[in-house]
Amino acid sequence: MPKLTWQSATEIAAAVGSGALSARVVADAALDRIAARNGVLNAFTDVLAERARARASAIDAERAVGRKPGRLAGVPFAVKNLYDIAELPTRAGSSINRERKPAVRDAVLVTRLERAGAILVGALNMGEYAYDFTGENCHDGPSRNPHDTTRMSGGSSGGSGVAVAGGMVPLALGSDTNGSIRVPASLCGLFGLKPTFGRLPRTGSFPFVSSLDHLGPLARTVGDLACAYDAMQGHDADDPFCAQRLEEPVFETLDQGIEGLRIAAAGGYFQAGLMPEAERAVQQVRDALNVDREVDLPEAARARSAAYLITAAEGGALHLARLRTRPGDFDPDVRDRLLAGAMIPAAMVIQAQKFRRWYQHAISRLFDEVDAIIAPATPCGAPLLGQKTFVLDGVEVSVRANLGVYTQPISFVGLPVVAVPVPGPMPVGIQIIAPPWREDVALRIARYLEIKGTAVAQRPPAE
Amino acid sequence: MTDAEIEAFMDASAVVLGLRLEPEWRDAVRANLALTFRLGLLVRHFELPDEAEPAPVFTA
Repeated sequence: MPKLTWQSATEIAAAVGSGALSARVVADAALDRIAARNGVLNAFTDVLAERARARASAIDAERAVGRKPGRLAGVPFAVKNLYDIAELPTRAGSSINRERKPAVRDAVLVTRLERAGAILVGALNMGEYAYDFTGENCHDGPSRNPHDTTRMSGGSSGGSGVAVAGGMVPLALGSDTNGSIRVPASLCGLFGLKPTFGRLPRTGSFPFVSSLDHLGPLARTVGDLACAYDAMQGHDADDPFCAQRLEEPVFETLDQGIEGLRIAAAGGYFQAGLMPEAERAVQQVRDALNVDREVDLPEAARARSAAYLITAAEGGALHLARLRTRPGDFDPDVRDRLLAGAMIPAAMVIQAQKFRRWYQHAISRLFDEVDAIIAPATPCGAPLLGQKTFVLDGVEVSVRANLGVYTQPISFVGLPVVAVPVPGPMPVGIQIIAPPWREDVALRIARYLEIKGTAVAQRPPAE
Repeated sequence: MTDAEIEAFMDASAVVLGLRLEPEWRDAVRANLALTFRLGLLVRHFELPDEAEPAPVFTA
C-alpha cells in the first residue's frame, strides 16, 4: 500500500480523478498513518474509519460509472473538534461538551469539502473552547509538534497543525479568533489561511467570540489552501455574520506573480519582542519580496489590548452558566481566564468596541498606500510543552496569552491573512496581510514565496 | 489598582455573577484581572469622540 505521507491534496485529487489511485487506497493509507502516528502526536480525538472508507468506496463507484470526480476527489481531511460532525458530540476541546447530544448534521464547511470529493477522516485536538495559543489540553493531552515532540504545536487549532505537519492528512480545518490558525501554522511550519471576517460560514461550529471567530484551512502547499478555500466559499444564511458575496475563486490566479504589488513590512509594534529565529524569518521574506518599505499599523498595541478585552468578556459571558454550575470541569488554565473575563465591566468592553471602529478606519487608510503587509505570525518558534512564560521585549509574560501578540491586531479588524512557513531548526511563520476580501493577493504572494523556496512546509525529521 | 483592590472587585463580581471562587483559583483569576485592567487602561486612555460608533458587529 502506498504511504502517501507527503503528497499534496491537489496531487492526490489528480491521481484519484485520473484513476491512477483509488480513493479507498488513499483513505486506507491515511487511516494507517493516523493509527501509526497518533499515539505520539495526539492530533486526533476521533477517527472516523468506517465513515471514511464508505465515502471513499462511494467516490470510486461514482468514478467507475463515469461521473466526474470533484476537485478534491479522495483527499483525506480532518477538522478541529469544534466543527459539528454528524453523530458526534461537538466537544470543542472540553470535557463538559462531551455530554451534549450528538450533532445531527455536519458543519457547512465539512459538507462543502465533501461535495468537492474530500473525505473526512476525523476530529482534531484543540485548546479548550478555543481560548488558547499553546495546543495544550488537560483533558486530551497536548498536541505534539511533529518537528520536535517535546514542543508545542501552537493553538488553539493544535491538532489541525499536527495532523498536516505530521503527514497524517494533507488538509485540515481550524478556527481563528485571535490567531488560532496562524499560530499553529507558524509553529508547525504550514500554510494557513484566515479569510476575511464573514467570508466563510461558521454554521455548525461551536462559537467563542462571535464578532471575531473565523474558520479556515491549513495545508502544506498554497495550491491546497486555495483549492480548499474555493470549495468552501459562498453565503450561508444560518451564519448571521456571513457576508452576502459572490464566490471569488482564487486557484486560477495563484501564479500571477507579484509584479505591481506594493508590499510593505509592518514596523514598530511588529518588530519589538521578536526572538532571533523570527527576526531571521521576517528578513528572509523581506529579502525574497524585495521589501524596503515599512508601515506602522497605528495603535497596534491598543488594538491587541482591545481584542483581548472583547475576547475575554465575550468568552466569559458565553460560558457563564457553566462557570457557575461546574467550574471544576474546565481546563484550569482556561477557567481562570474565563472567570476573569466574565467580570470585566461593560464600559471597558464598549470602549474597546468603539476603539475598534477607529482602528478599522485607520487600517483602511493604510491600504490606500499598500496592497499587502508582512508581519511575523509568532514571536518565536515552538516553545517547550508545559512552558508557562517567555520574555518578550524584556518582560516575562505568559506564553498562553502572548503567542498571538502579532496575530491579534490583524484579526481584530477581520483582514485576510495567509501564514507562510519559513524553514529552520524549528519553523516560524510570517503573515501576509491583505485588504478585506483580497485573499487572492495574500495567496499570490504566498505562492510566489513558495516557488522561490523561501516559504516551504518542511518535512519533520525521520520518525 | 492594588492587589487588595482587585481582590475586593473580584469578590464583589463573583457575588453579582453567582460565581464560586475556590481558594486555589484566586491567585490566577486575580492575575488575569490585573492584566485585563492594565490593558483596559490602555484602551481607555485613547481619546474618542462621543460620536464614535461601537463596532460590536464588524463587517470588513
